[in-house]
Amino acid sequence: MTGLVLKDIRKSFGAVDVIHGIDLDIKQGEFIVFVGPSGCGKSTLLRMIAGLEEITGGDLLIDGERVNDVPPSQRGIAMVFQSYALYPHMTVYENMAFGMRIARESRQEIDRRVRAAAETLQLTKYLDRLPKALSGGQRQRVAIGRAICRNPKVFLFDEPLSNLDAALRVATRIEIARLAERMADTTMIYVTHDQVEAMTLADRIVVLSAGHIEQVGAPLELYEHPDNLFVARFLGSPAMNVIPASVTATGATTTVELKGGATATLAIATAPGEAGKSASFGVRPEDLRITTDGDFLFEGTVSIVEALGEVTLLYIEGLVEGEPIIAKIPGIQPVARGESVRFTAERSKLHLFDDSGKSYRAR
Amino acid sequence: MPQLLFAIVTMMAGVLACAFYFLASNWLLDRIFPSQGLSGPKASRNLRISSAIRPWLFMLPALLALAVYLVYPVFESVRLSLHDRSGRDFVGLSNFFWMFGDGEFRQSIFNNCLWLLVVPAVSTFLGLVIAALTDRIWWGNIAKTLIFTPMAISFVGAAVIWKFVYDYRAEGSEQIGILNALVTYFGGAPEAWITLPFWNNFFLMVILIWIQTGFAMVILSAALRGIPEETLEAAVIDGASGLQIFFKIMVPQIRGTIAVVWTNITILVLKVFDIVLAMTNGQWQTQVLANLMFDWMFRGGGDFGRGAAIAVVIMVLVVPIMIWNIRNATRETGGH
Amino acid sequence: MSGATRSPLSIVVHLSVLLLVALWTLPTAGLLISSLRDKDQLAVSGWWTALSTSTQNLVQRAASPESQVEKDGKFVIFGNLLEGQKGSVSAFGYSSREPAAFAPGQTAKLNDGEQLTVRADGSYEIVSDTRMEGTRGQRIFFTAAVPPRFTLDNYREVLSAEGIAASFVNSLTVAIPSTIIPILVAAFCAYALAWMRFPGRAILIAVVVGLLVVPLQMSLIPLLKLYNGVGAFLGVPAKTYVGIWLAHMGFGLPLAIYLLRNYMAGLPREIMESARVDGASDFDIFVKIVLPLSFPALASFAIFQFLWTWNDLLVAIVFLGTGQEQLVLTGRLVNLLGSRGGNWEILTASAFITIIVPLIVFFALQRYLVRGLLAGSVKGG
Ligand SMILES: Nc1ncnc2c1ncn2[C@@H]1O[C@H](COP(=O)(O)OP(=O)(O)O)[C@@H](O)[C@H]1O
Ligand SMILES: [Mg+2]
Repeated sequence: MTGLVLKDIRKSFGAVDVIHGIDLDIKQGEFIVFVGPSGCGKSTLLRMIAGLEEITGGDLLIDGERVNDVPPSQRGIAMVFQSYALYPHMTVYENMAFGMRIARESRQEIDRRVRAAAETLQLTKYLDRLPKALSGGQRQRVAIGRAICRNPKVFLFDEPLSNLDAALRVATRIEIARLAERMADTTMIYVTHDQVEAMTLADRIVVLSAGHIEQVGAPLELYEHPDNLFVARFLGSPAMNVIPASVTATGATTTVELKGGATATLAIATAPGEAGKSASFGVRPEDLRITTDGDFLFEGTVSIVEALGEVTLLYIEGLVEGEPIIAKIPGIQPVARGESVRFTAERSKLHLFDDSGKSYRAR
Repeated sequence: MPQLLFAIVTMMAGVLACAFYFLASNWLLDRIFPSQGLSGPKASRNLRISSAIRPWLFMLPALLALAVYLVYPVFESVRLSLHDRSGRDFVGLSNFFWMFGDGEFRQSIFNNCLWLLVVPAVSTFLGLVIAALTDRIWWGNIAKTLIFTPMAISFVGAAVIWKFVYDYRAEGSEQIGILNALVTYFGGAPEAWITLPFWNNFFLMVILIWIQTGFAMVILSAALRGIPEETLEAAVIDGASGLQIFFKIMVPQIRGTIAVVWTNITILVLKVFDIVLAMTNGQWQTQVLANLMFDWMFRGGGDFGRGAAIAVVIMVLVVPIMIWNIRNATRETGGH
Repeated sequence: MSGATRSPLSIVVHLSVLLLVALWTLPTAGLLISSLRDKDQLAVSGWWTALSTSTQNLVQRAASPESQVEKDGKFVIFGNLLEGQKGSVSAFGYSSREPAAFAPGQTAKLNDGEQLTVRADGSYEIVSDTRMEGTRGQRIFFTAAVPPRFTLDNYREVLSAEGIAASFVNSLTVAIPSTIIPILVAAFCAYALAWMRFPGRAILIAVVVGLLVVPLQMSLIPLLKLYNGVGAFLGVPAKTYVGIWLAHMGFGLPLAIYLLRNYMAGLPREIMESARVDGASDFDIFVKIVLPLSFPALASFAIFQFLWTWNDLLVAIVFLGTGQEQLVLTGRLVNLLGSRGGNWEILTASAFITIIVPLIVFFALQRYLVRGLLAGSVKGG
């Protein structure tokens, strides 16, 4: 059972605490993605798992064994770096063979594994080339191939796609997804700040912010039921609209009065004590619909129309000071600037967070 | 030839010995504190110990050589400067008192100040001008290479080259030194340039300037090319003239590099000895500190006290630049 | 650019660069040209006239009377003053008091009734009514315009007679090991300073930067004493090649370490980490990754060190000595400046032999040299 357990993992650089106690259980074969804004400590956490960064506090267990002090090469991990980190003076073959040569594997074994990896990644033609004679995507595949050759129990990726252009990024993402499927027993930990990569690749996403975990869960679970405002606004693009509100009625459903005067009823149960408290009301742009009914959620003036073809983004001013409400409506919409439009949304898709940012659903 | 063979064999032996030292010490360390294959606290303790020792193994030969050849001599020189000619009897500051009363020493200090004022300034200025000019012409790289070439020539070689330039024949006979030939061509009287007191200093400085301008040019040229193109374009749009762009936009942006070039040449000037030795050996009032120091090392069997005292003076002159360099370098590597 | 080429300002730029280049190259060119000239020509005319014919006052003996032939009842000696070389005679005479009394083609009456005719092409004829006596030929003074003569004689002379050849070997003996030995030592140290973590690293880097500018003069006396002491203790001479190699190594190390550390510190960290994940130890990483990747910096340093040790005078005369056997090229050249100060044919040829090796190295490897210069000077803020 190759599981990975993080117990209260902490890291400080000198006096600066960067990671504030991470607890996480990762099962064998799982694809875990760490997401979070830049500088939140994703790389640091991954590098501690790899053994490249000393662990300041807590325990790291691989296969049930504490590996805090085990050097990287003996942890059974392999890592793919953002800059690929290929050895520039070695051919593709030598790059992939390097680790096995250090470990004094037999020549035949090295050859077998390098060729197998090259085969999977369609690199056989390039084995004799130097990295500088390869394209960005090919270099990334070599980096992955080098990791495969190590036969790792845990596969670590640190933003492996961020140096590629948009088209290649999609192609390589799919390649990684396939790879994960083929190596079903290998645990993968993947760091990115790109939510699309997180949503598409992950079995479970770990959302990090400022050195602690905000929420762990399957991609759609996080999308549909964010535990808190941070996760709610981090996943989804454009980000969830958040409107200050106050609770006016509690019970099986909750009614709130939004800032600006509108009222909304949500399919969330609340305790009577919540009445009168201030809260944050959230609705995703893609959950808003235009309506002509009298039963609308709110009404506003469209200030900007962004027609993208497949969707139309409407920016509605006047509800929240300084920040427009965004609606993402499928298809091409005949809405003009300055028009007053009414919006509605399904009750079950509305979110409500208390004044500390925690979701009422998660309470 | 047998001598060269001997040199090459010893050299290989030396290199192999170094390689052997590094291999063996590293292997030994892994033997004494094994971590491979072990696990648990013992392995991690061994790992910690060996990774604390290893850097010092890597650095040991270099640190030893630095200590013996540069650090120890600095202290020993200071000690010797307080002792008599044989280095045995303590004489306090009397070497320094002698020095400041000595006419030749004062001459050397004066000349060194001249050198320090003129050579770095002229070399840097010429280097900057040449760098700026050659960047705008198609054969600039060829010109740069030619001006850079004297860097490869030894001070002694350069001295011979320039002695030939300054060569003097009595008035009336044909001059074979190009300088006197030019002077007579324009109707002047030939001169024995390097024996003209005071002015001859400048004729010696020309040699160092001739050598060092290439250095200044190379570094400043790279700095000039590192200036963001946009700042120049913005200045053009603002209506600045070529000279204004050069002095008000470009030069301020490479101030740091200019300072670096300047200090590097300053250090070199303080150490300059070969040129004076070869051209005049300090005669005709051209003495400088480095040559005077060398002189005292061997004069009358060698006066190590006075020689060391002069060396200490040179060192003291270098110290401000040393501190400045260290501050720059630590600022630069501070984040690493 | 091409439009600007014709503007007056750009002509000024071209001209001033041309002038500067001339200033920087002519001295060396003069030396090289002079070293190839005939030594008689070199002593009387500037090197810039090397390609034009020079007018020389010469003296030559005519063939001896034994070679006279009888022709039409007269006895004749003939031959050519220029001995087959090109040139032309513009005047001649038979006494040192009036070396140019006659124009070519004229006939001079010698004291003993013989008649001397010299033509412009240098051919002469001595005609006498009686058989001429003696074995020595008549002295003929003449003024001739001699075309330029280039020769390698000067080089032959300095290489065989002036000890330059031996000094050349000495210089090589000093420079090559002094260049190679420090490289490995410096590289290991630089790697530790760049990539290993240990307390005191920042201080050590500062020390190396400080030592970069310590004047050599500080080291001379203490080291001379040290060498004398060690020599006496071990019963070996104090001035040996091993001693000077080590000295050059010590003096070159600060630059080597500084240059290499800067370069290595600039290598991507992820490559080292990747190697670490691959199981490489510090030693493996250094030998298999850092060393090969640092080749440009190693080359830069090697060139610097070679030029410096080859061109050095001070360390060589202090630690190797000034005896005829040990003199390196620079030392030999200084000696020649003293002893043969007026013999430009010897000085120019010797100087050129001294500078030719560094010049070749310079032109072949200039790229690395420039790179090293840019990395080697402490950067300012
Ligand atoms: N070696 C280091 N020394 C000091 N601070 C560091 C170091 N490495 C990272 N940090 C800090 O730790 C925080 C987390 O960095 P990182 O893990 O790289 O973030 P990211 O989530 O973008 O990968 C950042 O604030 C960064 O400045
Ligand atoms: Mg990161």
